[in-house]
Amino acid sequence: MSRPLRSLLLALALAAGAGVHAQPVDDPAPLQFHDAAEEARFQHLAGQLRCVMCQNQSLADSNAQIARDMRRQVLDLMREGRSDEEIRRFLVDRYGEFVLYRPQVGSHTWLLWFGPGLVLLGGAVAVWRIVRRRAANATGGPLADEELDP
Amino acid sequence: MLPELGQVLLLLAMVVAALQAVLPLAGAARGNAAWMAVARPAAHLQLLLLAGAFAILTHAFVVQDFSVRYVAANSNSLLPMVYRYSAVWGSHEGSLLLWALVLALWTSAVALFSRSLPPPVVARALGVMGAVALGFLAFLVFTSNPFERLLPAPPEGRDLNPLLQDPGLILHPPMLYFGYVGFAVPFAFAIAALLDGHIDARWLRWTRPWTNVAWAFLTLGIALGSWWAYYELGWGGWWFWDPVENASFMPWLVGAALIHSQAVTEKRGSFPGWTLLLAIAAFSLSLLGTFLVRSGVLTSVHAFASDPSRGMFILAFLGTVVGASLLLYALRAGRLAEGPGFAPASRETLLLVNNLLLSSACAMVLLGTLYPLLADALELGKISVGPPYFGLLFFVLMVPLVVLVPFGPLARWQREQPSRLVAALVPWLGVAAGLGVLAWFRAPQGAWKSALGVAGAAWVGLGTLRFAWARLRNSGRMNAETWGLVLAHLGIAVFLVGALLVEAQNVQREVALAPGQRLELDRYTFVFEGVERIPGPNYTAERGSVRLLRDGRPLAVLHPEKRAYASGGQVMTEAAIRPGLAGDVYVALGEPLGNGSWAVRVHVKPFVRWIWTGALLMALGGLVAAADRRFRQPTEKAP
Amino acid sequence: MTASQETPKNAPPRPGLPPVAIVIGALFFIGLVGLMLYGVRRSGDAGRDVLPSALIGKPAPEFSLPVLHDPGVRFGSAELRGAPYVLNVWGSWCAACREEHPVLTRFAETRRVRVVGYNWKDEPEEALRWLERFGNPFFVVVADQEGRTALDWGVAGAPETFLVDGNGIVRWKHTGPLTDQVVRGQLLPELERAERAR
Repeated sequence: MSRPLRSLLLALALAAGAGVHAQPVDDPAPLQFHDAAEEARFQHLAGQLRCVMCQNQSLADSNAQIARDMRRQVLDLMREGRSDEEIRRFLVDRYGEFVLYRPQVGSHTWLLWFGPGLVLLGGAVAVWRIVRRRAANATGGPLADEELDP
Repeated sequence: MLPELGQVLLLLAMVVAALQAVLPLAGAARGNAAWMAVARPAAHLQLLLLAGAFAILTHAFVVQDFSVRYVAANSNSLLPMVYRYSAVWGSHEGSLLLWALVLALWTSAVALFSRSLPPPVVARALGVMGAVALGFLAFLVFTSNPFERLLPAPPEGRDLNPLLQDPGLILHPPMLYFGYVGFAVPFAFAIAALLDGHIDARWLRWTRPWTNVAWAFLTLGIALGSWWAYYELGWGGWWFWDPVENASFMPWLVGAALIHSQAVTEKRGSFPGWTLLLAIAAFSLSLLGTFLVRSGVLTSVHAFASDPSRGMFILAFLGTVVGASLLLYALRAGRLAEGPGFAPASRETLLLVNNLLLSSACAMVLLGTLYPLLADALELGKISVGPPYFGLLFFVLMVPLVVLVPFGPLARWQREQPSRLVAALVPWLGVAAGLGVLAWFRAPQGAWKSALGVAGAAWVGLGTLRFAWARLRNSGRMNAETWGLVLAHLGIAVFLVGALLVEAQNVQREVALAPGQRLELDRYTFVFEGVERIPGPNYTAERGSVRLLRDGRPLAVLHPEKRAYASGGQVMTEAAIRPGLAGDVYVALGEPLGNGSWAVRVHVKPFVRWIWTGALLMALGGLVAAADRRFRQPTEKAP
Repeated sequence: MTASQETPKNAPPRPGLPPVAIVIGALFFIGLVGLMLYGVRRSGDAGRDVLPSALIGKPAPEFSLPVLHDPGVRFGSAELRGAPYVLNVWGSWCAACREEHPVLTRFAETRRVRVVGYNWKDEPEEALRWLERFGNPFFVVVADQEGRTALDWGVAGAPETFLVDGNGIVRWKHTGPLTDQVVRGQLLPELERAERAR
């Protein structure tokens, strides 16, 4: 950490007494990216991860202490050459699946991922049967006039 | 003294609601005209009583009567006057009173404008609305009294949550409630129809505008919430698939399906069962949303603080209302006439598919919102379900919908030749595809999303205009309902542009800047000029100055702020936004870094305003359609 | 084009609601209400939002950090192996850590197990001053100023307390301040299990 910053924090801590009101040691300076591609990949990845200390915020958006540390860690892992999947697994190993905003596809989430599809399928079957049944009743007359009945 | 009067008014309103619920319903069942006649005056009386109670609560806030517990918890001597009014609905008890008041408004309106309908129908509908009101008022009186005293009165209040001290938040809850609660009208009439055993086109024609208006308000409420989150929360996002947002989105989706289903049933007599079920579902989802937000079941930055006993109460109420409605439906829906048949290629089929897709989307949102709770209950672990899930699945479900939208209005009832539709629309499909390809090449990033957004929007927009042109050419004029349709569908197109392009092409950067330093992003240059401390009415602000240039030419000076509120020390980020038709420039302050340097976050968000403009158009379309003269004709034979 | 209540003469009799739909609907409704009931009951639970540790049953992270009182010396998992230990994450900036301090001190004084202090994201001077002022219950205090190792432990905030057994496996984690109840009801039984398992 830079010396002036450290002195500043120290001065603050001293001023605040035994430190009950002081803040955890932290460097709030924004992360620096090598290039736009790295930044884009980081933002995408951080957007999919959850801040473990917040009500409902992504890692990219949160200002919590732990979120800042985690972001730094994610960037370091990216620069070490790890893939997105490896980075995700790194965090899941430590914080559990809670940290992923995109739930893993597994036996414990099959209802989540396939449920909507099943609902759609079931609904489609119902619609098809309705249409078929009503087609049997359709009058064979001329096509309705376009003007009437918008 | 006054707060006690407020309590009395609430109690009286509860009694009146009970009378309004019991007598007319019993009267309709027995054919007792006197009992049925209780409904209308009861509705008006309830409105009067609740308006009085609401006025008293507002008064307590305006004069800052901290002896009322709710006022002390949500206000502060430094609170500016305008927020003293909106603080009334700033937290659980007050917003619940607002809910009850809005319900009373709708009920009274129904009582006022339903002269043309048969008395048993009106009696049943008002009776159902009275029963709902009874539930809410009981909840208020027994568990969430806004007039509870806090003695001795504290010298100072806790303050309104600084997040809520904002113009956008003044309107957002009332709009939402007008929407949610408005769905009680089609719900009540659906129950009335089921109790009666048949559904009459007259009633349907009568209720349609009410559904449209409710849906329009809900659209506005949701759009306001999204816009507010965008400029207030400091992250530049406009939708987070947060549980509370989802709670308002689900009734919206089903409400949209309901609007379309009501159109079919009214004009063709088809699908009365679906229309009634959707009406029940829309209001049930409104109740569910209210429950989710207030019961503490879900954690969210938006949720109200609560305790389990309240949750139990609402759950019991919700379960009873929804359960009874569904039971009634299961028993009676089978008796409804089916209506004439139709060919597989027809507008009816398209509307069925439309409703299927909207309902599936709603089911998906419900599943995703509740899944963490379900996983917890089944001991599957702590799982998060966030934007990557919702965004992906919603997109997948909406693609077929977007593809079908232009076909719907052009298709004829009962039987249509697919080749005719295809012939009419293919040229526009080509144009849309061409524009999409153009977007793909021109997009600096996010090429696929940009292409899909442009192509989808062009397809819906051009298809809708093609329909409008055909209608004008054929009959020389369009009625309000058709104008409404055109506006709403164009709103979809505008929304698509905004939503997809901003997701595809938004750029952001966060850097440490010392005064005088500059940052380049896209075509813009941001020159940081430092931060000064400025006092506000109930906060101290660190106000930054950032000079904005585009292509080197000065455009504006933006002033992002960080406000520390005196009451609780909470720090709010107020972003500075330069709005534009083609996009917003968005600047927010991060943390101070010492020596006058600050972390500064800048975003360029292309077309983001189109999102809310699209929503506005949709709401406008709903309102315009509701204004159609046809709905106001008292009795009508077949056209 | 009429929307009347009479069924047209040539239409088949209304089939009524399919039983399948009724059954599915009923199941869905009951399931939803049941889930909401569970949710309401749980909402009163203070620990509802606590994130359970992903490390339970897994080896504790290998770490080596400078000792607070003697930054030249490093201490870590290697030195701790062989016997169970309790790791307590704290900081001088953390108000709740002060709350749990007496409880932690009482437990540490029983000398039942080594209690390692994990000073997280703190200024060394401040941490030392805090220990001087309130007492030092720890067997040793390691300092993690940057927070990298804390991520390996799955730390989300302070205070947090871990129990690691003699084989280096994480047995138990508590998020939030310790209370006598937690120590008696959770930590001690887990500790006994860990000691017996060796």
